[in-house]
Amino acid sequence: MAKVLVVTSGKGGVGKTTSTAALGAALAQTGKKVAVIDFDVGLRNLDLVMGAERRVVFDLINVTQGVAKLQQALIRDKRVDTLFLLPASQTRDKDALTEEGVAAVIAELREKFDYVICDSPAGIERGAQLAMRFADEAVIVTNPEVSSVRDSDRIIGLLDSKTLRAEQGNSVTKHILVTRYDAARAARGEMLSIDDVLDILSTPLLGIIPESEGVLRSSNVGSPVTLNEPTNAAARAYVDAAKRLLGQDVPLVLPVDKRRFFDRLFGRRAA
Amino acid sequence: MNSADTVQKKSIRFRARSFVAFALAPEAPLGEWLRGLDRWTENSPGFFTGRPVLLDLNILKPTASEIAALVSQLAERGIRVYAIEANGIDTLGPNLPPLLRGSKPAQTDEGKSKSASPSEARKPAEASSLIIQTPIRSGQSIFHPDGDVIVLGSVGSGSEIIAAGSIHVYGTLRGRAFAGANGNAQARIFCRKNEAELLAVDGWYRTADDMEPTSRGRPVQSFLENGVLWVTALD
Repeated sequence: MAKVLVVTSGKGGVGKTTSTAALGAALAQTGKKVAVIDFDVGLRNLDLVMGAERRVVFDLINVTQGVAKLQQALIRDKRVDTLFLLPASQTRDKDALTEEGVAAVIAELREKFDYVICDSPAGIERGAQLAMRFADEAVIVTNPEVSSVRDSDRIIGLLDSKTLRAEQGNSVTKHILVTRYDAARAARGEMLSIDDVLDILSTPLLGIIPESEGVLRSSNVGSPVTLNEPTNAAARAYVDAAKRLLGQDVPLVLPVDKRRFFDRLFGRRAA
Repeated sequence: MNSADTVQKKSIRFRARSFVAFALAPEAPLGEWLRGLDRWTENSPGFFTGRPVLLDLNILKPTASEIAALVSQLAERGIRVYAIEANGIDTLGPNLPPLLRGSKPAQTDEGKSKSASPSEARKPAEASSLIIQTPIRSGQSIFHPDGDVIVLGSVGSGSEIIAAGSIHVYGTLRGRAFAGANGNAQARIFCRKNEAELLAVDGWYRTADDMEPTSRGRPVQSFLENGVLWVTALD
């Protein structure tokens, strides 16, 4: 039985799609069978970041409406053969998604996969709410800045009220993934500190992904950073985060500015 | 910090209020209507003195110049027009009273008390506390019209708590808190760390900008005293 994960944030541009691809690939590389679903109907991106845009035939909407079978819409990754993509439709909008349709697709994916990762659209409207609706766990992607943190707080409120698990009296397990963490700017006090972020959100930390040109470079060539540049600091941070999702105890080290490495080296355990 | 350190300035108070006014509805022909008004005021001199009078022009539908003439004719009779109600007219000249919209017929107090059953009215309101054990997230609104609200976690930026009684926050208060919202000047707000966007007691409020910087990030209480909303440190 699969675990359903939603990658969400409220705010746009913080790295949901990049994180979905990187975490999905890292989990699949451990041998788990992983499906990533793009819920951003009308503004799909995950196919590009995964490098599958030229192989899309059917999409999520086709499957929810019964036009295509799930097997026809799932795209197997060319690099990791346990990784699959269910793309969004680019020509429709979020109103084309129905709760019943999404429920049926998620239920079918649960049978076949170990992890189902839902890439949520930005915002708190229908698309975002359907992406989180059936989640067991949530990865809340946050940049260390006030607007992103407040939006994440809002999303946590929705995860605690609008998901099926919340309505049944259970709770969605929540993780904070801090992305675009710039060690040099953090050292100068120009960003919110990790402690501030965690204090405001009072939710356990899954990982800290350092700002890296490699992430953008990988997105542009259509490959998750964890596959494209496995030695990159951001890729290693994603791999560690994926291990923590699997329940492994991996020590969490705050990314540091290399120039001041010895002054600023201090470790942190995942909460 | 003692209370002398807090700013002595009064906060500005905004409240929506409704008042009862007389609506005069002139009818054509205007000359006859004005003579009728004169007869009425002859019998009851001073009836309109100091009373708010609205001009309801929905029957007469005059032009702008006619409105100006009518307002001055009423002024000659000692009737000051506070506002004008006229559907279909969007703007009036600056020399004329402002336009009003959304009027309702007045309801007298007798009518209200008859509708409420006496047993219901006498039943004392039971004060009960609402205890919230989880953090309050951005966008959430907690409304408790019966008593105190006690929050064990933090109150996020962009959230709000509205309570008839006092508000106690044992985490950081980053959102907005309205205590004594139904008109209780004795209500207070307590929090362990004050990062509030707004604190209000009985309609008197103070925004983060109006709070002295020394109260930020500290345990504080906020209360009303002589019409001033105080925000003072607890330690």
